[in-house]
This record gives sequence, C-alpha cells and structure tokens, in this order.
Amino acid sequence: MSSDTSISYVASGQIPPSPPPAATTGVMGWMRENLFDGWMNSVLTIVSIAAIVLIVPPIIDWAFLRGVWNAGSLSECREIVAAAHGEGVRGACWAVINERFNQFLFGFYPTHLYWRPILAFVLMFVALAPVLFTQVPRFMLWFSLIYPVVAFLLIWGGMGLEPVESAKLGGFMLALIIGTTGIVASLPIGILLALGRQSSMFFIKTICVIFIEFIRGVPLITLLFVASVLLNYFLPPGTEFDLILRVCIMVTLFSSAYMAEVIRGGLAALPQGQYEAADALGLNYWKSTRLIIMPQALKVSIPGIVNSFIGLFKDTTLVSVIGLLDPVGLLNPIRADSNWNGILWELYLFVALFFFIFCFGMSRYSMYLERKLKTDR
Amino acid sequence: MTDAAQIDDHMPEDHVPDRSKMSVSDEVAIQIDNMNKWYGEFHVLRDINLTVNRGERIVICGPSGSGKSTLIRCINRLEEHQKGDIVVNDVELNSDLKNIDKIRAEVGMVFQHFNLFPHLTILENCTLAPIWVRKTPKKEAEADAMQMLERVKIPEQAHKFPGQLSGGQQQRVAIARSLCMKPRIMLFDEPTSALDPEMIKEVLDTMIGLAEEGMTMLVVTHEMGFARMVANRVIFMDEGQIVEQNEPEEFFNNPKSDRTKLFLSQILGH
Ligand SMILES: Nc1ncnc2c1ncn2[C@@H]1O[C@H](COP(=O)(O)OP(=O)(O)OP(=O)(O)O)[C@@H](O)[C@H]1O
Ligand SMILES: [Mg+2]
Repeated sequence: MSSDTSISYVASGQIPPSPPPAATTGVMGWMRENLFDGWMNSVLTIVSIAAIVLIVPPIIDWAFLRGVWNAGSLSECREIVAAAHGEGVRGACWAVINERFNQFLFGFYPTHLYWRPILAFVLMFVALAPVLFTQVPRFMLWFSLIYPVVAFLLIWGGMGLEPVESAKLGGFMLALIIGTTGIVASLPIGILLALGRQSSMFFIKTICVIFIEFIRGVPLITLLFVASVLLNYFLPPGTEFDLILRVCIMVTLFSSAYMAEVIRGGLAALPQGQYEAADALGLNYWKSTRLIIMPQALKVSIPGIVNSFIGLFKDTTLVSVIGLLDPVGLLNPIRADSNWNGILWELYLFVALFFFIFCFGMSRYSMYLERKLKTDR
Repeated sequence: MTDAAQIDDHMPEDHVPDRSKMSVSDEVAIQIDNMNKWYGEFHVLRDINLTVNRGERIVICGPSGSGKSTLIRCINRLEEHQKGDIVVNDVELNSDLKNIDKIRAEVGMVFQHFNLFPHLTILENCTLAPIWVRKTPKKEAEADAMQMLERVKIPEQAHKFPGQLSGGQQQRVAIARSLCMKPRIMLFDEPTSALDPEMIKEVLDTMIGLAEEGMTMLVVTHEMGFARMVANRVIFMDEGQIVEQNEPEEFFNNPKSDRTKLFLSQILGH
C-alpha cells in the first residue's frame, strides 16, 4: 500500500508565474552562460582576452597611429616615422597605396577614360539590384539583361567610344571583370550540367559526367595556361581571340563544374515526392524543373553556391601567373620600383582588404537570402 | 460485421455519407486490360483487368507490398507498365508524351505524405498547375483556388506556407490543389495513413463530400469504415493480383477467398 501512496499525486493548486532568476537573464546571465560556463570555458575566455589585448593594440599603433599616408618612397616613410616616434620604431607606409591607387584600381587604363570603368562599376550595382533583391521593380531586370553588353562597350570601347586594348586592363577592375563574369555565367551552366547529369538520356548524361569530372580533376592554373598558350595552337592561325576573354571562359568552365556538383547535392536533397507531385499535376519536365525543383534545390544549395562564388573570386588572383596584371600581378612591378623596394605588408594587406570586402559581402548576402527563403516557420 | 463501432471509428460523426447522391454512369472512365508490370525481375502487377465507370468509388486494400500503390500510379504514369493496355478518359496510355500530359491534367492524385510544395504558399500551391498547365489567367485561378480552399474548409490559411499547417490541413490542401485542375478522376494513395485520428476525420469528411459530388475515385486505404459507407466496390489485392472484388456489404460480410478472409480478420482485429 505504501507504494500506492508514493505514486499518487494531485496538484494542490495553480502555481502563479514568476520571473526567471536574475542570474540567468540580462548581461550577467549572458556572460555566465557564454563566457564563464565551467572552468574550461572560463580559462578559454581569459586566454582569448589576453591574446586580444596583446595583439590588437600594436597592430593599431603600426597601421594607424604611426602610419604614413604621404611620402615619395619607402625611405622617406621611414624617416617620417623615425622623426615622429623615435629611431627604430616601425610604422605602416601607406604612401605606396596612395601613390599607386589608380593603378590598383584600373591597371594601365588610359587616365582620361577612367570615367568609363567607374560608370560600368556603378551600373553593375544597378544591374545586380533587381536580381538580388525582389523589392526592386521587376522591369529593371531588362537592364540586368543588357548590362553585359553595356559594360563591355564601356570598358573596351567601340560603337563610338575610344577603344582600349586588353593589355591595358588591370588591378581590381580586372579581378571584378573575371570574377563577375565567372560568377554570373557559371550558375546557369552549372544548373544545366547538374540537370544533365541526372538526365535519363544516356549521351547527355555521359557528356555532363565527363565534363564535370575532367574539369574538377584539373587544377585551375593548368586551364589558365591552356588559355594563354595552348589555345593558340588549336585556333585557326590569325584569329584574334582576346586573352582576357579566354581566361573568363576558362574560369567560368572551371567554376561551373563545381557549381554543378553543389547543385546536384541540392537536387539529391529533394524528396522524390516533389517530382511525383509535379508530374501528377501535369507539369512537364521544364516547367516542373523551373517552378518546383530548381527553386528548392537552389535554396538548399545557397551556402555551397556562395562558397563556390567566393572561391572563384579569390582564384582570379591566379591570372597573375599568366602575366595578367590583376591586383596580385601588380605587386611585383610595384615592389621592383626602386622607390618602394622592400615594401611588403602594406601591399598584401591592401589587396587582402579588397578581397575581404567583396567576399564578406557575398557571405552576408547569402545569409540574408537563406533567412528570407525560410518558409517552414 | 460484429464490431462496427471499432471499424468505423475514424468516420466523421457529423457527416454521414449520403449514398443517394452518388451515382454510377455507364460511361467508362478507366479501362485496364491484362496489365503487367515488373521491377527488374520482380513481377509486381500480374494480369490486372479493371474497368472503372464514371462516378465509381473504388477502395483498394491488401497487405503491404501487394502492389496497390503501383497499380494506381500506373494510371497516371508515375510508373510505366510493360504489358497490356490502360485507357483513361478515352486516351490510351503509351509513351506518347502528349497523351501522358493529357491524362495527368485530368487525373488528380493525393499522396500519403501530401507532397505540397514547401517553397510556395497554400494559394500558390493551388494555382500553379492551373496557371502553367491549363493557362488559366492568374486572377481566375486564384478565385477558383479560394473556392476550393473554402470547400476543404481552410480558406484562412491561403497565405501561409505548408510547413505552418497541421498534417490534416496539409492533406486537405493537397486535395484542393488537385481539385483546382478540375480533374475527372481522383486517385488517393493512403491519404490518411500519416495522420492522427482527429485529422483523419477531417480528410475523410472532405473525401465523402467529393464522393457525394459524383467524383470518380480510386482510393487505396485501410479505412474500412470509409470503404463500407462510401465505396461502391472494394478490391482486394495480394501479391500483385486482384484477388477479390465485390460490393462492400458482400465483401465484408461474405468474403469468398481465404486470403481475403485472412486479411480482413487481421485488419479488423478478430
Ligand atoms: N521502385 C521500385 N523498385 C523495385 N521494387 C519496388 C519499387 N517500388 C515498389 N517496389 C516493390 O513492389 C512491391 C509493391 O509495392 P507497392 O508500393 O505497390 O505496394 P503497396 O501495396 O502500395 O504497399 P504499402 O501498403 O506498403 O504501401 C513491393 O514489394 C515493393 O517492394
Ligand atoms: Mg503503397
């Protein structure tokens, strides 16, 4: 009988709600939970804080407090730092960036025509806006569609604009040209390759598999050498085939193979029922792909797609190896200049900052998109 | 027929099927002759012969793996048969894509797991096929869809996404989505098997309504209450074959084959 009384229970009344204990809420609660939750966590927190205190202030001192923005050469920079902060103290010599700023942006593009790439750059955002944000009026998509032609004319000239040859292009402009072309073109090609790889048609499937596996199995740098050297052998003699265009094609092909695999992963994540429901409603292959399958597959693949985009954008620096003057390619002539001989950190940091801004932007956009497309809550 | 209460326990209490509204015409909706299907070496459907007239409500039952799903999926070509003929709404089902599209537009299907499109709202789920397959103007398709959603009693959910609805609500949306194509035949593959009892009632309620409007229905289900009160014919399948078919009264009270008897005794729990 005693066991009976121990399991039988009746609540004696309704307990009124009360606020959670102070130690679990607010700033203190957050710190306790996230920074000092157990001795391990506390040690890590303290070590991290110590590391930040040790590392960050010297960097700020070097880069900003002792940084020199105006000077004609590295030795002049050093003199200015020594005069202000004492002998042997080091400070950043940003003057090199200042002096070569235009070259970093445009390579050897004619100075009086700078407005053209600048305009193309600004228009790029106008063209991207309706693609990236659904709030932008839809008719703007027409501009996005013709933008590649507009940008081409602005940068290379033609149709009344003074022509500029490819060899003069360089700097961040070149990185952006190759990067955006690769990104914009590789997504649709990747989608088609992924669909082809799933196709029930033997030849289409085989071609897609061979293409994807071949391109993925070869380093990008090899493809770039093919573009710069070998392609000349295969093309009919006398054909003028722009090197930058060739590089753009190679980068696009390379990245579309990766894109195809990322999207295939997204397709594989879709339940079979989605295909069946689309079929049962009478949607044909292309309609069901466009309206049902792809929107969902792409949504699942967003992190992977953006990952590929970021990788591709950074890989554009490889074109410096075949002699194109992208930001990294420009560093050597600058460092070879007797005025700036010996400068290193400032140049690489500047180039890194440029790439970081664009890659971080893409990363943030992908997170925004994932949040926006979340429909299950 | 000893345990009627237990058998019928998922039927909605407030909606007693009115058989006087359900009538079968002479017109043939589906004609299946000597149909066979194999998965590789496995003979999954064997010599299926079945004629369905317009207005019939046919319940298909049988043990797991007997080929029930495969049979109804052959009717709208989600599965391909290898031998025999299937004619749906006077259109012969062969590899001609035009015929397949024509048949699919006229035959609605409801799945066990709803298969709603999670990236589209309820309303968009319902208007997608009318707009893209039937070329209905968007405004008209939306008005139609709202009417269908009202009929399945969830118009207030129109602008939500499928993931925000309960299972029963999702299945009713799936039915509405099919109905928006104004199909002449509806196929149901275990529409209530993934649902809780309360939700089963909602869905059966909707299906009874459809039957009362004269829809031709093929329903794979274990809801024997539904079979008894709505179906005009019950088909029992086993090992890829139609083993027995009869009117529900006869089928339940007086099964002829041993396999049917065994199955009924198992499913009715005595
Ligand atoms: N795609 C397939 N490939 C090979 N075999 C399959 C395939 N689909 C189904 N089968 C087999 O065919 C047989 C019939 O399957 P089906 O799904 O039609 O059965 P069912 O009667 O609907 O069963 P359940 O009640 O479990 O849904 C089963 O033995 C199953 O294993
Ligand atoms: Mg089944």
